[in-house]
Amino acid sequence: MENDKLIIGGHEFNSRFILGSGKYSLDLIKAAVENAGAEIITLALRRAATGNVANILDYIPKNVTLLPNTSGARNADEAVRIARLAREVGCGNFIKIEVIKDSKYLLPDNYETIKATEILAKEGFVVMPYMYPDLNVARSLRDAGAASIMPLGAPIGSNKGICTKEFIRILIDEIDLPIIVDAGIGRPSQACEAMEIGAAAVMANTAIATAGNIPQMAEAFKKGIEAGRQAYLSGLGRVIEKGASASSPLTGFLEN
Amino acid sequence: MICINGEKFEKDEIVLLDYLETNRINPKRIAIEMNGEILPKSQFNEVVFKSGDIVEIVNFVGGG
Repeated sequence: MENDKLIIGGHEFNSRFILGSGKYSLDLIKAAVENAGAEIITLALRRAATGNVANILDYIPKNVTLLPNTSGARNADEAVRIARLAREVGCGNFIKIEVIKDSKYLLPDNYETIKATEILAKEGFVVMPYMYPDLNVARSLRDAGAASIMPLGAPIGSNKGICTKEFIRILIDEIDLPIIVDAGIGRPSQACEAMEIGAAAVMANTAIATAGNIPQMAEAFKKGIEAGRQAYLSGLGRVIEKGASASSPLTGFLEN
Repeated sequence: MICINGEKFEKDEIVLLDYLETNRINPKRIAIEMNGEILPKSQFNEVVFKSGDIVEIVNFVGGG
């Protein structure tokens, strides 16, 4: 496990837990990051508030890689615009592309996402597109220069778990890039499940932000993700279709 | 009229650094787009917005 690195765009990470920073107090971010053991945290870009308001960058430990998202973008052009501005803030060149037209289900627009990926990869960004798990789209994203693929497990913020499991499994089998399950993961057991099937990492925000104790839940997710990763690397035991298979040796002597 | 972050100012000129200072916005933590183009940080100390300019000043917030 020691040499089991997550590599995204040539950068190495020990943690496979990407933490979101939305919907909770800045005061809790440091504890959440530390308890999560997270090395990547997502952010959003918005109009600057006036009046010396606290800036989130002051609350994130320095060794953490920032992954700005393009939330708010409704098409590729807007995503590209947000990405360029995010890079201009001066915190690296990672970008999570999120293009969403539909505010009811918040489902990503795969077509616009491919277009934005192609443009931004050419501009040198480490592009991590959020997408609906479709193999053809994942191939197009890979060909467009994506550094990872981030399929959704369930609608954003729903905490419903990996409803798209079989389709994510196909991406894991077919796409030679880190597949990071993003959105919908609501419990550590679901994060573990994603890792067991071979996801490279899990991204979670709402599950942590809406938990009773945020830092504790961050730690619970960390453990779930580590357990799932270790299980995947170990190779899960087989399932038998029918009947049973004794775990203890048969006694042999009682019948005689 | 100058438009900054959706707010309209009935002025002919606004010095960027004055605006940031008045509104207590840390120049190190932001990115600026002026009329659809990114304004490089190296130009922050010389830029004066003129009437008709549309400016977006953005920074990072929590997000997933």
